[in-house]
Amino acid sequence: MTTVTAPVGPPRVGPVQLARRILAPVAAMAALFAIWWSIGFLAQPDAPTTLLIGLYDAVGLRGEADAIRAYGIPSIASKLILGVVALLVGVIGVWVVYIGANAAAERLGPDWRRRVLPWVFIGPALLLLGVFLVFPTVSTVGTSLTEGGGLVENFGFVFSDRDTLIALRNNALWLLLATGGSVALGLVIATLVDRVRREALAKTFIFLPLAISMVGAAVIWRFVYAWQPPGQPQIGIANAAWTATGSDPVAWLQVAPLNTFALILIMVWLQTGFAMVILSAAIKGMPWEVIEAARIDGARESQIFFRVVVPMIRGSIITVATTIAIAVLKVFDIVFVTTGGRFETEVVANRMFTEFFRFRNFGHAAALAVVLFVAVVPIMIINVRNLRRQGFGS
Amino acid sequence: MRHRRYWAWTSVLALVLSACANQAPAATSGESTDAEPSAPVAGSEPPTGEGTALERAEAGEFDGTTVEILAQWVEAEADNFEGNLTDFAERTGIDINYEGITDYETVLNVRVEGGNAPDLAQIAQPGLMRSFQEDGALVNLSGFMDVGQLRSDYIESFIDLASVAGDLYGLYYKADLKSIVWYPNEAFTDAGYEVPETWDDLMALTDQIKADGSTPWCMTQEHGDATGWVATDWIEDVLLRTAPIETYDAWVTHEIPFDDPAIANAADIVGEVLFTEGNVYGGSTAINATFVGDAQNPMFAEGGPDCWLHKQAAWIPAFWPADESTDPPTPLFTPGEDSSFFYLPPIDEEFGRPVLGGGDMFVMFNDRPEVQAVLEFLATPEAAQHWIEAGGFVSPNNTVPQEWYSAYPSSGLAEILNEADALRFDASDTMPASVGQGTFWSGMIEWISADGANTEEVLAEIEDSWPAE
Repeated sequence: MTTVTAPVGPPRVGPVQLARRILAPVAAMAALFAIWWSIGFLAQPDAPTTLLIGLYDAVGLRGEADAIRAYGIPSIASKLILGVVALLVGVIGVWVVYIGANAAAERLGPDWRRRVLPWVFIGPALLLLGVFLVFPTVSTVGTSLTEGGGLVENFGFVFSDRDTLIALRNNALWLLLATGGSVALGLVIATLVDRVRREALAKTFIFLPLAISMVGAAVIWRFVYAWQPPGQPQIGIANAAWTATGSDPVAWLQVAPLNTFALILIMVWLQTGFAMVILSAAIKGMPWEVIEAARIDGARESQIFFRVVVPMIRGSIITVATTIAIAVLKVFDIVFVTTGGRFETEVVANRMFTEFFRFRNFGHAAALAVVLFVAVVPIMIINVRNLRRQGFGS
Repeated sequence: MRHRRYWAWTSVLALVLSACANQAPAATSGESTDAEPSAPVAGSEPPTGEGTALERAEAGEFDGTTVEILAQWVEAEADNFEGNLTDFAERTGIDINYEGITDYETVLNVRVEGGNAPDLAQIAQPGLMRSFQEDGALVNLSGFMDVGQLRSDYIESFIDLASVAGDLYGLYYKADLKSIVWYPNEAFTDAGYEVPETWDDLMALTDQIKADGSTPWCMTQEHGDATGWVATDWIEDVLLRTAPIETYDAWVTHEIPFDDPAIANAADIVGEVLFTEGNVYGGSTAINATFVGDAQNPMFAEGGPDCWLHKQAAWIPAFWPADESTDPPTPLFTPGEDSSFFYLPPIDEEFGRPVLGGGDMFVMFNDRPEVQAVLEFLATPEAAQHWIEAGGFVSPNNTVPQEWYSAYPSSGLAEILNEADALRFDASDTMPASVGQGTFWSGMIEWISADGANTEEVLAEIEDSWPAE
């Protein structure tokens, strides 16, 4: 006798699950709308005042609303409100969008789900990158080709004008000295600090400048390099030390080519900490048996350093060098704040800024940007290849 | 793998296409986005309704509208400017939104290119105004302002400077006079010096101060990426005094080369003042290394002035030493009491008493009747009254009553302006920006660094850098 079992249909969906399945996409749509509205709202100049008046009116506190209408609100309150709205919208809104989009994607069949879900997560980031990175790059290249005198005139200017040639020369100098200096100094310090007792403390002091913005560092060093006429008290440390030996003060920022080296020193001061930290981790990650074996074989310390340590951490050195190189090629803040590019300290990024905003010569500015971009691409390629060799990326 | 690559390339292609599609020339993106459909941007039509825009505003027709003004005046100067407008704003009900940004050049460029230009903006360089006008971003003021009336009310050169091909695009509002030399009042009388009336007297005074053991001239020009403009003012002032006015005008418009003998001659005379041993406090290194606002500080030193003569425009009192412990800092020295100025003497009587000046003009980006009304108001004397009375403001508008200029330094400046034979605008502001604010400035830096030894090379280099027309 055959047993009859009740037909088994699809599992019944409970009310909670149903609500969640419907609510999530709806909430996502609402969140998107809220983000859209908030951006429009935040763009208005009187947004916080309008918001507060609206809130007070809605709650029924007419007196407060009228007071704001008459006297406005203090600017600190206005900024706080803007910050809170931006935070709420930014954090919660984005979170709800992700949850909702994820829920919506999960409602699809397994095939489609596999294809769509990755895009749900990287989609917004890709979109932002595309809008704010890829599109401006292509647009700039287009501008350099069409604006002003066209391709020939713009790029011809970049390679013939006296000031831009100085900028190109300086950028090459910066690349060599700032990158080389930071990496070499970082490597040396990482090796020496490895055996010191208060290692963490020493590393902190070297690393601290990296936390300072480039503008802040430039202002600090502007004071360090300050010059007063001979006989006057020197307010800059550099000249105070220099005149203590009896010599005349030196205008570190105004004498070419000394000033370029002075500015490169600022960059080295900033970046050495970064190099040191990465290379220190790499050195500590080396297997100690190799060094032991080298020592047993009778190698001197310097031989160990150059023939064993450095080749073993080559990957990290290249990573550090390329990262610092990219930052150095882009240098702008340091030069802008200290000398404004005058006194032959010009760099390409500063020149681009001047051409764009002072001279309103968009073609020249775009051409300079393209030249800088092309200069960075080989370094990026080396960086990516190096990362792949180390096992990251596919 | 192929699947992924396909999507990657498609999206990149889509972005590239959209980017190329947006390669509209700068002209279209510079036009205002909220111009009324009936009023074209270039050459606006007269407003509908009775009377000029200003009359309609006074009648209350624009109550509740907003006009946005962007300028570089901040703190005290911003308060002074807004004080000029409060009565007008109250009377007409127009909400005037003033924004002061020191780095306004960057902000203004970005806003105009992004299609979000302010209604009115203050500009100091005619070259910048011309650049905007070429891009079609400016409203033609001849469309609604009575240019004939302006020509008779204002000093003529200010109307010419703000015009392009006969159409008026800017309204001058504030004038700066640069042909003045500041000196310490008390120390002068104590030492028995007298204000020089001729250039020879000035040179004799310079030698006298040196003989008495001090340094005569204060001069510094460090100013970040604007370093070098102080020396350009010197050369321009001396050129006005050693060559006919037509030479100066031809130099500015490049009808004569930059390194014309007249300019080389002016540079040599300036070099005599600046590079003779012991003439300038701190020497040439100090000129290039010390901030332009600190130039006059040695004049107020404890034991008596370390330098006695400072050629600089009338905004310099704002940079004199002040007591920083209060907020805002209280100035320690008063113009007119501690330090006054005299007119930089003529060199050659044949060329009269010329005056070198600068100025700020307002340009209009968005054509709406309330913006027209505000601009028309700025052309009236009332729009300058508050700031004149607060001090440190000279209007290029001749209809401003002389009695308002009662406070020093405005009173002194108005006097000099009255006695002047000719007024010329700062050349480096009028020349194309890549020369006037580019190679001319850096050329001056090199000239000072070399102690004036390379005058010909510097002038020739600047001449070479002039953009091909």
